[in-house]
Amino acid sequence: MSHTGRIHSLETFGTVDGPGIRFVLFLQGCALQCRYCHNPDSWDTQAGTLRSVDDILGEIEPYIEYYRRSGGGITVTGGEPTLQAPFVAELFRECKERWGLHTALDSSGFCEPSHANALLNVTDLVLLDLKRMDREGHRELTSQPNDRILTFAKHLSDRGSKMWIRRVLVPGWTDGVDELIGLGRFIGQLRGVAKIEVLPYHRMGVYKWQQLGKTYPLEGIMEPSPAEIERAYRLIDQGIHSAAAE
Amino acid sequence: MATTEMGLRKPLGESREDGWRGYRAGRWQKHIDVNDFLGLNLTPYEGDEKFLASPTVGTKKLWEDVLELLKQERVNGGVLDIDTETVSTITSHKPGYIDKALEQIVGLQTDAPLKRSVQPFGGIRMVVDACEAYGYKLPDEIIKMFTDIRKTHNQGVFDAYTGEMKLARKAGIITGLPDAYGRGRIIGDYRRVALYGVDRLIEDKKADLLQLEKDAIDEHVIRAREELSEQIRSLSELKTMAADYGFDISKPAANAKEAVQWLYFAYLAAIKEQNGAAMSLGRVSSFLDVYIERDMKEGTLNEDQAQELIDHLVMKLRLVKFLRTPDYNDLFSGDPTWVTESIGGMGNDGRTRVTRNSFRFLHTLYNLGPAPEPNLTVLWSTRLPEGFKNFCAKVSVDTSSIQYENDDIMRPIYGDDYGIACCVSAMRIGKQMQFFGARANLAKALLYAINGGKDEKLGIQVGPALAPLGGDKLDFAEVMQRYDQMLDWLAKLYMNTLNVIHYMHDKYSYERIEMALHDTEILRTMACGIAGLSVVADSLSAIKHAKVKPIRNEQGLAVDFEIEGEYPQYGNNDARVDDLAVTLTETFMNKLRKHRAYRDALPTMSVLTITSNVVYGKKTGSTPDGRKAGEPFAPGANPMHGRDRKGALASLNSVAKLPYESCLDGISNTFSIIPKALGREADDRVRNLVSLLDGYAAQKGHHLNINVFNREQLMDAMEHPENYPQLTIRVSGYAVNFIKLTREQQLDVINRTFHGSV
Repeated sequence: MSHTGRIHSLETFGTVDGPGIRFVLFLQGCALQCRYCHNPDSWDTQAGTLRSVDDILGEIEPYIEYYRRSGGGITVTGGEPTLQAPFVAELFRECKERWGLHTALDSSGFCEPSHANALLNVTDLVLLDLKRMDREGHRELTSQPNDRILTFAKHLSDRGSKMWIRRVLVPGWTDGVDELIGLGRFIGQLRGVAKIEVLPYHRMGVYKWQQLGKTYPLEGIMEPSPAEIERAYRLIDQGIHSAAAE
Repeated sequence: MATTEMGLRKPLGESREDGWRGYRAGRWQKHIDVNDFLGLNLTPYEGDEKFLASPTVGTKKLWEDVLELLKQERVNGGVLDIDTETVSTITSHKPGYIDKALEQIVGLQTDAPLKRSVQPFGGIRMVVDACEAYGYKLPDEIIKMFTDIRKTHNQGVFDAYTGEMKLARKAGIITGLPDAYGRGRIIGDYRRVALYGVDRLIEDKKADLLQLEKDAIDEHVIRAREELSEQIRSLSELKTMAADYGFDISKPAANAKEAVQWLYFAYLAAIKEQNGAAMSLGRVSSFLDVYIERDMKEGTLNEDQAQELIDHLVMKLRLVKFLRTPDYNDLFSGDPTWVTESIGGMGNDGRTRVTRNSFRFLHTLYNLGPAPEPNLTVLWSTRLPEGFKNFCAKVSVDTSSIQYENDDIMRPIYGDDYGIACCVSAMRIGKQMQFFGARANLAKALLYAINGGKDEKLGIQVGPALAPLGGDKLDFAEVMQRYDQMLDWLAKLYMNTLNVIHYMHDKYSYERIEMALHDTEILRTMACGIAGLSVVADSLSAIKHAKVKPIRNEQGLAVDFEIEGEYPQYGNNDARVDDLAVTLTETFMNKLRKHRAYRDALPTMSVLTITSNVVYGKKTGSTPDGRKAGEPFAPGANPMHGRDRKGALASLNSVAKLPYESCLDGISNTFSIIPKALGREADDRVRNLVSLLDGYAAQKGHHLNINVFNREQLMDAMEHPENYPQLTIRVSGYAVNFIKLTREQQLDVINRTFHGSV
């Protein structure tokens, strides 16, 4: 059985979403509406193009050489890829069977664990975005609370999935001291976290909000400095160590 | 001159033993065979860059002086000084120095650094105009000499051009032709002077001359004899020039410093005599390594000193200047000289040709900072040592100053001792030369096919008067049939035009010293070229897959096009359009092959525009792909910017499909990426770039310029050029100081696809 997925776009040369050079597939549709989203055009679950797994495999095949040589693979992102879990699961399974490609799932974690198990079985790495630890703050930032996401993270930890935890650092929104130490504490309780990435908030997606006729909700927020990024890493680290001490 | 030569001569046997001590014996001792020498004596290096040395105090001081001179040149409007009184020859100028006490390697084109010389043998007009443009006046005697008394290449060409050739040139369907200046793109084997000394080279050429005492002294033999005699004379002059600097180069170089100096003198003689469009150096770094290794073994040279020699040589190469008109600058901006040095590659014996000196050459980009010249070209093989691959990638990320060409597809054709002339033209060193042929505008030819041979800009008949295509929608089959006829006409006219040019260049501006450093029997190629490949591929795709409606002016010429519907675009790894591009190169190459080339040269073709894609675009009307009149073409074989929508690899794969067999003179691809898009951390960037280069080589892509930049940085450099004196970027086939580009070209660079910028 071949599933079809709702596709936003694809990038043949991705280097920032997982190790090595990667084929990055952007899926259409997301349940969150993050204020800093740089792909707001990927929210609408009815937009995009329907394409089959075979079709996408055909897009990947010409570049296998590059992905293999660099220790890269495929990353599916979005939108939110777990909304189309059966499609992604089949795609990953095929990528592994045909070419032995490394597979990465870039997710917000806003997903029922039981819906994702088949997908997680063929996923080598989960790039998990923990946008904010504070429940209310999370709702304010993304339109949804974070209970589901934290549950999903624990589920990944319990089943032994390898994870990279990511945090987009938005000054004034996601960079509070308690917030970052809290994030570290949470990470400290998880197994399988291979890497933590603090990603500086950037404004390169602002034009997309304008194109969609939406008001950009973070007007006036500056991109964080390298020193702020370093501070964030330090605070997260501090949280991890305090969790370990407990 | 003869007395000087006699005075410098030393007993041969003795000196050779000294220069060749410790080297493994072989064929190279009996015959002029540098490659045999390399195969026997090279020490491949498989390690990393940790051994490299920082600049010496002397190097730093000297480079500061050079930077100051370069600044003065910039402030002075692009030219520091011109010696208008002296016609440049090998021996024309007294020795010149930057700071004699500090210079390990000496020799300048004139008696002072950055003072440009007058080189009128290619054409006097260009010299007069260039002097005038920079506020100088060429003396009347020199103008008279090269107008009424001594004919130039340029005059010869225009004596023989047909009316049709002049018209094609005016319309810009064939353009960039080397008919007013030196053709260049010939690489003398400058290493021969270091390895054998000049006397041995003269002996060999004299023996060849003796061979030409034949029964029938026909035109062919007469020309060969005259050329050989000129070569011999130029070698004597080379010795004289070196003697003026206090060096006797009649015998082989005895140590590394001499080897660098001998070799550089040979190159200097070439650039004093020829202002060729590209004056490339060849493949000298690993050759010089053999001398450095020997000195190190003998304990007479350490790493600091070795690096100093290379830093000083490279400094000299950065000072190479020619007097050119601002017009020329419109085409090839940034004052390029294409002192191309080919580095790395593999040997046919399976060992790498990478040596420690390959690293030292690249390391000059740190010791002296980034620069466009010499045009450092890495011959990339998937089998290169990892340490070297990683260092190259690091240098690219840090400096954007190197280009890569695929050794794995060139080595089977040219062997393991070839070099790159200019940008992408491979040739066996000392055994092969090319007749540089600039390029034909295939996009304009497509408009001629639609408009019945009339030029869309000039409104006059230039091509054959075929019936123009009528109707509201362009029909693919009809367009292809007309286009084929138009390309037949163009190929014939193009080849004939090049024949005229090169006949006259040989006659009036023969490259004596460069050819003296070639074998007497060589392979010549007629290096044709095409511009507008991606425009034509997309245009044909639009006509085939969408509905294209011509908009005609009152004269009935299609001057614009309306496109209804989507069409597959080149640069997305889509066979429906990529195949059109492939077929186009094969078709045009086959048409060129039908015509006889001057001196039985082998016709070849490049897909390369350098920066002239801007000028070509300016001269070409709107095209059926949606490109508007005057808009730049994509450079070289690149997809049109903004049309490659599937990311870098899809774009690379489209270009890699172009068959090298049809484009033996090279397929240029310029790849720009923002640093962040190469990876989050420095190590990731290096590893990903290595994988990208390996992948592209494995897909049989030929050439890749790598730029790693943020667009904002370039925009800032446009506004504040004084802050970016050494900002270097790769354009199609060469590198430039960004701030020396015209504003139009700067905008073109900025507007091009930067992979990763959202």
